[in-house]
Amino acid sequence: MTITQDPWESLRTTALLGTDRRPLPATALPLAESVDQDDPATALLELAALATVRRRAGALPVPAAGPPGPPAPEDPRPELPPAAARRLAVLLAGRSNGGGTLANLTELLPQWLATARARGFRPPAALVPALLDAARARSELRTDGVALAGPLGRWLAGQNPDWRYVLRTTAPDAPEQPTDDHLWHEGLFAERVTHLTLLRRRDPAAGLALLRSTWPTERAEDRLLFLDALQDGLSPADEPFLEAALGDRSKNVRATAAELLSTLPGSDLAHRMAVRATAAVRLAEPGTHLLVTPPAECDAGMQRDGIPLKSPTGRGERAWWFGEVIAAAPLAVWPETTGLTPEQLLTLRVGDSIDETSSSWADDLREAWARAAVRQHDADWARALLGPAPVPPARGAGRSRAPRATGAPSKLLAVLPPAERAVWTAAFIEVHGLGEAFQLLGACVTPWTPPLSTAVVTALARAAASGAYPWSHSGVLGMTERALAPETAAAVEALAAEAAPESAWSETFARLAGTLRFREAMLAELGA
Amino acid sequence: MPPPTVGAMEERWSTEHVLSLAPDAASQKAAGKLSTPAPWSAAGTDGTALWGECRGSGSTPYRTVIELATPAYRCSCPSRKFPCKHALGLLLLWSGTPEAVAAAEPADWAADWLAARRERAAIPSAQATADPAAARRRAEKRGARVAAGAAELRLRLADRIRHGLADRSTAGPWEEVAARMVDAQAPGLAARVRELDGLPQERLLEEYAMLHLLATAATRIDELPAGLAATVRTRVGYTTDAAEILAGPTVRDRWQVLGSRTAPMGDGGDDRLTTRRVWLRGAKTGRPALLLAFGRPDQAPDLAVPTGHLLEAELAFHPAARPLRAALGTRYGAPEPGPAAPPTGLTVAEAVAGYGTAVADDPWLDAWPTVLAGVVPVRTPEGWQLTDGHHTVPVRPSAVPEPALWRLAAVSTGRPLTVFGEYGHQGFAPVTAWAGDHRPIGLTTA
Repeated sequence: MTITQDPWESLRTTALLGTDRRPLPATALPLAESVDQDDPATALLELAALATVRRRAGALPVPAAGPPGPPAPEDPRPELPPAAARRLAVLLAGRSNGGGTLANLTELLPQWLATARARGFRPPAALVPALLDAARARSELRTDGVALAGPLGRWLAGQNPDWRYVLRTTAPDAPEQPTDDHLWHEGLFAERVTHLTLLRRRDPAAGLALLRSTWPTERAEDRLLFLDALQDGLSPADEPFLEAALGDRSKNVRATAAELLSTLPGSDLAHRMAVRATAAVRLAEPGTHLLVTPPAECDAGMQRDGIPLKSPTGRGERAWWFGEVIAAAPLAVWPETTGLTPEQLLTLRVGDSIDETSSSWADDLREAWARAAVRQHDADWARALLGPAPVPPARGAGRSRAPRATGAPSKLLAVLPPAERAVWTAAFIEVHGLGEAFQLLGACVTPWTPPLSTAVVTALARAAASGAYPWSHSGVLGMTERALAPETAAAVEALAAEAAPESAWSETFARLAGTLRFREAMLAELGA
Repeated sequence: MPPPTVGAMEERWSTEHVLSLAPDAASQKAAGKLSTPAPWSAAGTDGTALWGECRGSGSTPYRTVIELATPAYRCSCPSRKFPCKHALGLLLLWSGTPEAVAAAEPADWAADWLAARRERAAIPSAQATADPAAARRRAEKRGARVAAGAAELRLRLADRIRHGLADRSTAGPWEEVAARMVDAQAPGLAARVRELDGLPQERLLEEYAMLHLLATAATRIDELPAGLAATVRTRVGYTTDAAEILAGPTVRDRWQVLGSRTAPMGDGGDDRLTTRRVWLRGAKTGRPALLLAFGRPDQAPDLAVPTGHLLEAELAFHPAARPLRAALGTRYGAPEPGPAAPPTGLTVAEAVAGYGTAVADDPWLDAWPTVLAGVVPVRTPEGWQLTDGHHTVPVRPSAVPEPALWRLAAVSTGRPLTVFGEYGHQGFAPVTAWAGDHRPIGLTTA
């Protein structure tokens, strides 16, 4: 062994093998000669201590490898007011289970984020990582969370694989827009979808051209989602491309193309469907009922236009083809061919050549029209199908029939303007209570309007008075904590005071009131 | 009673600071829910104390009082947690919604407790008058046992080196040796010995050597210079009574809080206790100091001064070759907000040299409190680093949880900032960050 070897390495080798097997190495350590070498093991420990302290005390700084990467772009937005910043810290830390005196704080986070974003604030930098973590765990927070995190969020996401989703999240008001198609050709699938969606919003024709340029080489699953991205800015200019896609190898791609075409009222497909639909339903001679002649077969043309040969739920084929044709036909064709309004059409009896009045054809037709109204966002038809808002017995003439269950009322409701949705739902709750209202309330815009909020609170009070249990309304109650107008807090506090002390309802109302006050304070801090 | 005064005390604590007082995460959450005006009534402050009544599930509201300077808490709730969620909630309310805590004179029930506290504080704790001769006999006896234990440890270490570190077949676990060190009244040695079993092989020789050095020093404490002897005694596990130190010389200064960290004591073995470390720097003397406070289960350590604040007080330093740990003596007033500007700091090269100098005084020193100025946190394939453009220090692996490092990166926005932490041979462990003239950000508090 030579003494030019790294003294530490030679000490370590000897220590590993043991001084019983190896002689103590000679080292060039300063002061090594002052170590007593009588016992090799002790001497080795002392030399090692000498080397360790020498290395620690004499360490030199490591030269920087290079300049650090570029900093985050400046964020021009004003910083959150201090109280709102503290609130955000509490909301982000609040992973409570919903027990106690307040609602689960995390349920209030979506509203806080949306408001803060709308007010154009910038969160404190120190809270941005927690914000990105929260939005990673809950995808419904992503759009607002990412927009709020701003340029700092994107800068951080570029360095942390856990936050890659940020780069894929589309912010409609994002200042940065794709400038070249580099991402389209080299990006991950989700990045490509984002790129196409953004481009499509800015320049539909360019988006279509980009998709066309690589269409034949895309995988079927990818084609399906790219096609879906054309929903943004859909216009007659897309029709030739979509028509061609009706001949796609993949069934799902064909179905999606057909669905997009059916929402383009002037398209050839819409016209073909209108012809099929008017052949299937016509106004019978005296004008008193509608005569149904369901398609006798599903020919190649119908199949190409997206009508599946077999019902996935095993319905009778003719009824199935009938429903698909009506649902895909432009609704405008009915007033045009019959001269009747949607309301008038819906009051007619429906039958076929055998039976002039068939409730099963009537239901099928209504159901198909409802699907068409949702797909075509037709508020007039949706309104007609939902029927007028129910009238409470006290004010009406004792007439309180539940609206006929057509399709999913909540989906039809979503087609109506927000104010109308709230009015209709409030009236529904006043008459029918909360039992059936969960999905309807879900279709209403939050926070609920004061009249809708009042209707919900009144219904809750009735439920409490009737001896029902709060947990049988737990779905609506959870939604209420997020959506009830803060103005209702005083009324809820009054209910809490009236309810039997220590009862489940008194606790429920106290909790709800506390949540409303919390939300009120939270929104006030944001100047909302 | 004089009318409520508006002074430095009116500076409200940050949410972060209030939450750092919580004994555990559950208390933080519970307190967050009580941070709105809704559950509170008759909440008030006179600038030195807060009080309020909190409506709970029962019929009688809980009465909560907080004396801010210490701080000390009192609540009529039955919770075993300390401070309880009501005290924390009231602090959060005061911190976030000042208008909800009106300036007033204390309610009677609050005033009674505050007055009783002031009286108790005025009575000095009775000093146990020990028999000096008996004490000396006890000390001599312990010294002999420690020296015998240290001598045994030296033999054990040398034995392992004789057989070779690679040969683990003949050696029993170190746990058994650790137990012998406890018997020898050398808990410091025991703790270091216990860590040996978990070390990776490449670090073994280093730790054996430093332990050998300490054991050797422990067998001949009387021959060492006074400072080094004190360091060895502390590292071997002798404790020093704070009252005894405070009876000696003290340093009065305006101490700026550079940062604090609360951690469970020990390596999971005894996590019933928590330790809060508070690092200070004298505004006049520039001296670093470290205060330690211990909390029992479900209780936060009682020492709580917000980071960035200045505390005018007497400190008594524990004797050491490199004095750092101190006991807090007389305080002059409550903590005041410190300067907006970050504390002055060192370049990376200066920090490395500073630690080297400290190691020359105390060879067992693992890290030294250090303020780095103008550094950028960078994530590299080798881990996190701090760079000032000329030199780089690695962030000590696993010293700081990953979220804290992302917080540091976010606060920096990729631009140079001032960071306080501990720097040593394993790297830098960040504690507090200052970006621009912003308030300090504690990196490890939620």
